[in-house]
Amino acid sequence: MKIIVPVKRVVDYNVKVRVKADQSGVELANIKMSMNPFDEISVEEAIKLKEAGVATEIIAVSIGVTQCQETLRTALAMGADRAILVETSAEVQPLAVAKLLKAICEKESPQLVILGKQAIDDDSNQTGQMLAALMNWPQATFASKVSVDAGIAEVMREIDGGMETIEIKLPAIITADLRLNTPRYATLPNIMKAKKKPMDVTTPEALGVDITPRLKTLKVVEPPKRKGGVIVADVAALVDKLKNEAKVI
Amino acid sequence: MTILVLAEHDNLHLKPGVTNAVAAAQKIGGEIHLLIAGSACSGAASAAAQVAGVTKVLIADAAQYGDGTPENLAPLIVGIAKNYSHVLASASAYGKNLMPRVAALMDVAQISEIISVESPDTFVRPIYAGNAFATVQSTDTIKVITVRATGFDGVAATGGTATTENIMAGADTGQSKVLRQELTKSDRPELVAAKRIVSGGRGMGDGEKYRQLLEPLADKLGAALGASRAAVDAGFVPNDYQVGQTGKIVAPELYIAVGISGAIQHLAGMKDSKVIVAINKDPEAPIFQVADYGLVGDLFALVPQLTAAL
Repeated sequence: MKIIVPVKRVVDYNVKVRVKADQSGVELANIKMSMNPFDEISVEEAIKLKEAGVATEIIAVSIGVTQCQETLRTALAMGADRAILVETSAEVQPLAVAKLLKAICEKESPQLVILGKQAIDDDSNQTGQMLAALMNWPQATFASKVSVDAGIAEVMREIDGGMETIEIKLPAIITADLRLNTPRYATLPNIMKAKKKPMDVTTPEALGVDITPRLKTLKVVEPPKRKGGVIVADVAALVDKLKNEAKVI
Repeated sequence: MTILVLAEHDNLHLKPGVTNAVAAAQKIGGEIHLLIAGSACSGAASAAAQVAGVTKVLIADAAQYGDGTPENLAPLIVGIAKNYSHVLASASAYGKNLMPRVAALMDVAQISEIISVESPDTFVRPIYAGNAFATVQSTDTIKVITVRATGFDGVAATGGTATTENIMAGADTGQSKVLRQELTKSDRPELVAAKRIVSGGRGMGDGEKYRQLLEPLADKLGAALGASRAAVDAGFVPNDYQVGQTGKIVAPELYIAVGISGAIQHLAGMKDSKVIVAINKDPEAPIFQVADYGLVGDLFALVPQLTAAL
């Protein structure tokens, strides 16, 4: 069976983002970009399923500017078999991403799409659920353990009060949470091999998808700064402050 | 304008977060209806009817809604959503799982985790783990929204006098089945609803020391227990203890961070707390930049002293 793994190019998680002075967004010029960390986890999970003999082919998909090819090459170097870039320089919001992925799913007929639960730039946490809706497939979000057997996936999910295990019929959508696995590093020989793996480039127009944004960003600002307080000398001073100044105990 | 708020519940009681979502609905303005979808959920329905500011409770009581699977719930919500200008839910694991499915079926965007309402179509939401706030305006006719509970003070859970109305349940899609749940059992308050939280990080050393030191302190304060990602990854405590961008977002009156250095990821989950106390041996730890009161020193000596002093 085929697995599709969408990967997003985002500001590297180690970069402290800065808001632009004109409040139009965050500064992206000359900033290190990487694969969304949750998407690395989904690539790893797909590779594990292939190594276990469950999956036969892994297709990495990215949507965005030409440089997303680098993100796709990373997925290929980790172990994906081929890649598809839907190239556009326009803003693509989660609903439009889900529609583009639907168009690709209809062409490729995967049994599983594994996505990161959210991207660390817009923090939307929507695309997997939206794709599941558009395909009318079941969904297992926030996965921390996945096993697939005989057309059924058993997925342990992180929920607010603990863990939940569900069973879904394939084809289906899974979104990866932090503790699903630890993504591997691409080795140098695999990075070299990845350069020869196939990469198709298409566009939203070619896929017949309208990607017009539904949300307009009016402004982006710095959050209010929390000012640091005082260092107290000892426990007695702390208790005194909590009782008499903050009045919280 | 009439606003539909999806109420998360366990069939008997409402979950924390519902009253905050109703508060967000009040900021938008208009009549507010609550939807209770569940199985043998009359207890939750009568609790919903008492929530202040709610005029009507819609009840969909059927076996296939017992597990709250989005495959069954999303079509139910889409079926009634056309009567509403906004559909809201708390941004809990439940709301985050379900609402994007609802939005996509309706071909509208979802506005995730709003922390403020600027107007009926304009909202503020954190991006980049809370390092920037975006003001976004929706162009869709029906707005599907998840509400970050810490952004809105909850309305009163009692005092309301809503009418109730049973609505027709949809078919069971049979696409998904909940096999089991392993919920963390605790007599302490729920993390997201707690007024006081004691949280431990990697500095606790191991799970045994975490429990030995922090449980007595939490007991004294009547506090919930939380943890940093580092402490969860190291196996000190279960996953659902995690406070942070990818865990729980909390804003208690008092947050005591013990042995937590203060990674951006963690700060994103707790920096809206009213009073933050940090106990850490490293005076340069970033947690002190957001703490109201810092105590520098050996937590293994300081925490028992603090517990004894309370």
